Amino acid sequence: MTIGLGHYLAVGAILFTLGTLGIFLNRKNIIIILMSVELILLAVNINLVAFSAFLGDIVGQVFTLLVLTVAAAEAAIGLAVLVVYYRNRGSIAVEDVNLMKG
Amino acid sequence: MMFEAAGYQLLPVLPEIVLAVGAMVLLLIGAWCGQRAAGLVTGLAICFLIGTGVIEYLLPHGRLMTFGGSFIVDEFARFLKILALLGSAATLVLSREFLEDQSRRMFEFAILVMLSTVGMMVLISAADLIMLYLGLELMSLALYVVAASNRDNVKSTEAGLKYFVLGALASGMLLYGASLIYGFTGTVSFAGIAAAAKTGSIGVVFGLVFLLAGLCFKVSVVPFHMWTPDVYEGAPTPVTAFFASAPKIAAMAVFTRVVLTAFSGVVAEWQQIVVFVAIASMALGSFGAIGQRNIKRLMAYSSIGHMGFALVGLAAGTVEGAQGVVLYLVIYTVMTFGAFTVILAMSRNGQALEQISDFAGLSRTNPLLAFFFAMLLFSLAGIPPLAGFFAKFYVFSAAIKAGLFALSVIGVITSVVGAFYYLNVIKMMYFDEQAEATDAVHIELRSVVAATALFNMLFFVYPGPLVSAATAAAKSLF
Repeated sequence: MTIGLGHYLAVGAILFTLGTLGIFLNRKNIIIILMSVELILLAVNINLVAFSAFLGDIVGQVFTLLVLTVAAAEAAIGLAVLVVYYRNRGSIAVEDVNLMKG
Repeated sequence: MMFEAAGYQLLPVLPEIVLAVGAMVLLLIGAWCGQRAAGLVTGLAICFLIGTGVIEYLLPHGRLMTFGGSFIVDEFARFLKILALLGSAATLVLSREFLEDQSRRMFEFAILVMLSTVGMMVLISAADLIMLYLGLELMSLALYVVAASNRDNVKSTEAGLKYFVLGALASGMLLYGASLIYGFTGTVSFAGIAAAAKTGSIGVVFGLVFLLAGLCFKVSVVPFHMWTPDVYEGAPTPVTAFFASAPKIAAMAVFTRVVLTAFSGVVAEWQQIVVFVAIASMALGSFGAIGQRNIKRLMAYSSIGHMGFALVGLAAGTVEGAQGVVLYLVIYTVMTFGAFTVILAMSRNGQALEQISDFAGLSRTNPLLAFFFAMLLFSLAGIPPLAGFFAKFYVFSAAIKAGLFALSVIGVITSVVGAFYYLNVIKMMYFDEQAEATDAVHIELRSVVAATALFNMLFFVYPGPLVSAATAAAKSLF
């Protein structure tokens, strides 16, 4: 069996679904949400690289590098916001993020 | 030429370069002088934002492109960029008093607003998916921090956290959509996508849905609106005013550009999505606001509804529709900015007032403020001859010309329902028992309220220049 474009896209789709489910089903810890976000971006990168190789076009790989860079910045900002939140609230459990509702 | 580097014309990106370099210079000033430079940095930031707007205005007319066609400056981009710059500058004017409080003094706020504005400008000018993503992230990353900028307040940090988590998810969906579109069309440029996606293959439509989901989040329309009320309530009021204006302009601009230029060949596919989203947002914006007690939450639902109305124009997919969207953005920004300035002006003994019941009897304690606020609320409700009516008129007439009758009828009905909660606030101000007197209002806030309210009241006298500018902007997309 040869590994073709479809297999890579399937892996990307599975990772994307896992990441999305991780955000919505997780009731414990916000860190897990950050990990799920990284998983989604990883799925996108797999897609882009697979398409880039399949099309023989370099733009997809350039896109991947930019996504990687932005993902690092995003994680840094997310953790910073999380630290500030923890200092005020004393907890990072998802069910405690509930001061505003309605 | 002077403005050429590595073979690329830099003239079209000159405004962005000026603003980005300016932000870095101000960062150095702030790092060198510490927090006592906060006032100076904010003042200089306002100058930079206005100066950038002037440069944008002075750029040669017509369509300019650079970076291999991934960055475009046309009438549409120019008009909305200047609007976004004005919105950001007005935010900084509003926040000066707020930042003077010793515990909140920080120069970083102005710099973050500037960087976020650079992101908005890149977003408005994006002509391929990579530029779109980079602009969106530059805008959003600064906004996440700004939302949590009241560091010692648990509500503000919670707002920042919620905005970050949901925003990151939305960026992820947008990117997944972008990867699919790239894969199935073989290009990331909007022009290339338009040429390749004439027949709506299933992969492209899938990508389009994900891409629009991400953009819907940024303009906060149903079903991706969940963050809006919480973030609006939790964030400091000047920040909320900012969120409701400039980022919405940028996100709506790129939404319009993507569907009208990149997906001009598959109108039927995106039209269904936009029609559904518009109806759902108008309905939720009207019904969701009715039970609210916090005025900032009420304004959040109001902004969801208004974005739904703007999408009615987009759903038409014509030049008139795009013109309606541009005009709607201008008028909505002015109205919502005025309303938030009034909310910011309301305080008693130094405590900010955010409950709707706090407005009771305002017509007796501060008649002028109450009158201007009433005019802004009438305009938000869309009552003629105020500007808000004309905004709705242009989008609905475009939708009717395009044959979208059901959408227009539902829109008008929800607009009537929405008028209820605006009128409720006005009733509070004019007919309810007087509460204690509120604090005196700063001159900056007073002038912003007066300017926005007068714009709304007098728009119908001389709408010509604005309407023709909006028409030119809309035409440049087709």
